[in-house]
Amino acid sequence: MRQFFASVMMGLMSLSVADVAQAQNTPLRLEITDGVIEPLPVAVPNFIPDSPEATELAVEIARLVAADLTGTGLFREIPSSAFISQISSFDTPVKYADWKAINAQALITGGVSVSGDRLTVRFRGHDVFAEGELGEGLQFNGTTAGWRRMAHKVADAIYSRITGETGYFDSRVVYVSESGDKANRRKRLAVMDYDGANVQYLTNSASIVLAPRFSPTGDRVLYTSYESGFPQIHVLDIGKVQRRILSADDGIMSFAPRFAPDGRTVVYSQSQGGNTDLYRMDIASGQRNRLTSAPSIETAPSYSPDGSQIVFESDRSGSQQLYVMGANGGDARRISFGKGRYGTPVWSPRGDLVAFTKQSNGRFHIGVMRTDGSEERLLTSSFLDEGPTWSPNGRVIMFTRHTQGANGRATLYSVDITGRNLKPVRTPDGASDPAWSPLQ
Amino acid sequence: MNHMTKAIWVVAALGLSACSNATGWDDGSAGGAGANGGPGGVGLGAGASDPRSVAYFQQTVGDRVLFAVDRTDLGSDAQSILAAQAVWLKANPEYAITIEGHADEQGTGAYNLALGAERANSARDYLISNGVGSGRIKVVSFGKERPLEICSAESCYAKNRRAVTVIAGGFTS
Repeated sequence: MRQFFASVMMGLMSLSVADVAQAQNTPLRLEITDGVIEPLPVAVPNFIPDSPEATELAVEIARLVAADLTGTGLFREIPSSAFISQISSFDTPVKYADWKAINAQALITGGVSVSGDRLTVRFRGHDVFAEGELGEGLQFNGTTAGWRRMAHKVADAIYSRITGETGYFDSRVVYVSESGDKANRRKRLAVMDYDGANVQYLTNSASIVLAPRFSPTGDRVLYTSYESGFPQIHVLDIGKVQRRILSADDGIMSFAPRFAPDGRTVVYSQSQGGNTDLYRMDIASGQRNRLTSAPSIETAPSYSPDGSQIVFESDRSGSQQLYVMGANGGDARRISFGKGRYGTPVWSPRGDLVAFTKQSNGRFHIGVMRTDGSEERLLTSSFLDEGPTWSPNGRVIMFTRHTQGANGRATLYSVDITGRNLKPVRTPDGASDPAWSPLQ
Repeated sequence: MNHMTKAIWVVAALGLSACSNATGWDDGSAGGAGANGGPGGVGLGAGASDPRSVAYFQQTVGDRVLFAVDRTDLGSDAQSILAAQAVWLKANPEYAITIEGHADEQGTGAYNLALGAERANSARDYLISNGVGSGRIKVVSFGKERPLEICSAESCYAKNRRAVTVIAGGFTS
């Protein structure tokens, strides 16, 4: 246990807000690397509506931008009650002294116009202490129904300008929505915004569905369904809500599918004669190659972002451990060597880390390690955490947390790869098996 | 399906241009016919007193065998139950069976599916070695999806690590 806390603490140390007390005229920059953990103070006054119809959205959009930013744990919002200046017009020059006085490092101003169902959002980021704008102002045009996406795009732009990293707010999560008794759980696929808004159901709950995974472009989802009575892999086009079965061999179980970065190839597990191995399938032709042929369990494969390697789990050593092999199969090298069992490896979108589930001393952890197995860090600990998925920028991990007992329930959680900012993701029902989309 | 939510995104820059993409997300749900993965089987036959009945197979012969933690091999209790199942199945050749393999909740999803498949296959192999025709047997794994007992303790886990022989169809009783 002591080792676990030590590694979490190391994780905490590796995040920082650099130069919070920066010198005047130094460009505002929040380095997510190492050091202090002081959220950057940001002021997000309500955006300015250009007509009475825009009043409500002008408030909602500003609130959502602020929620996205503070939700990262990297920003702290200054309450409007502390404001000295009010922003009354989008184009009036900002009185920086008034925002310096309340120690706002960043200020976000915006304007909103509504015409019928058309919505236009303009915004500017301000570096208060440098007394200048953070990049150019931007304008987004869309529909009023899509206001949340526009707010997320504003927040992504601000996040990106301040941290130098791409954002992840305009993204979605596909997951398994759960209801009913633990012994007969009803499961159906659902997709939602990354923050839990706009839930839509993609299947009904007549058959068990498991482990959905987005395609690299976010338009299709692979998942496992018991529709035939046996677990088999299906692919679903989200926009059209059209589904088809990929592996239709009668009585052969296939599961744990994941797209290759090319979006045309799927790697997955197939069980035959009780033995589970890894296979690869070309979606268009249906042509299959067997990648492993060991008497042990080989499952949970995940491609490296360049498509050249696959990380997977195997119990060939006698217990569940992580291995890396070339995308064409062949020799695999073990990368997990700590005490306990390791499963569900997922290669990070940056290619630098592998996230995993670890079982040790009756507890479950979500952790990350470098792709050679070094620098293992555990980020969480609970009765049962499993199944990490990466935010599109590789900074945040979402996973499933199960509570124990007869009334046990599954909930989605997210945590920074530093181990900070652990929090539940709100969903209408129980939820498991999340998979994060690419940035839209 | 609701096409009204389709949004076309246009991003114009006041100064520099910024790129965007266009993605619409429709409402709606797909139909999903098909059986749920719960225990199936038929309820044919008379009561458990009739040795040819499915109820007799389930209750007197014993339709399930249990496994130790993370194990897929058959203990001596499991072997005697499967031997008795084989005798019954050979005496009742009109039935096909599906062996359902299960795991307890202490494990990750895909691994438990694979583990359940191995357990079901251990039972299958034993039945075949005792003379049951392989063409009558299908195997399926439910991993940790369908626990029988729902507490989070070994007393429940021990009953959930199981392979259940489900009588999948028959023509007479």
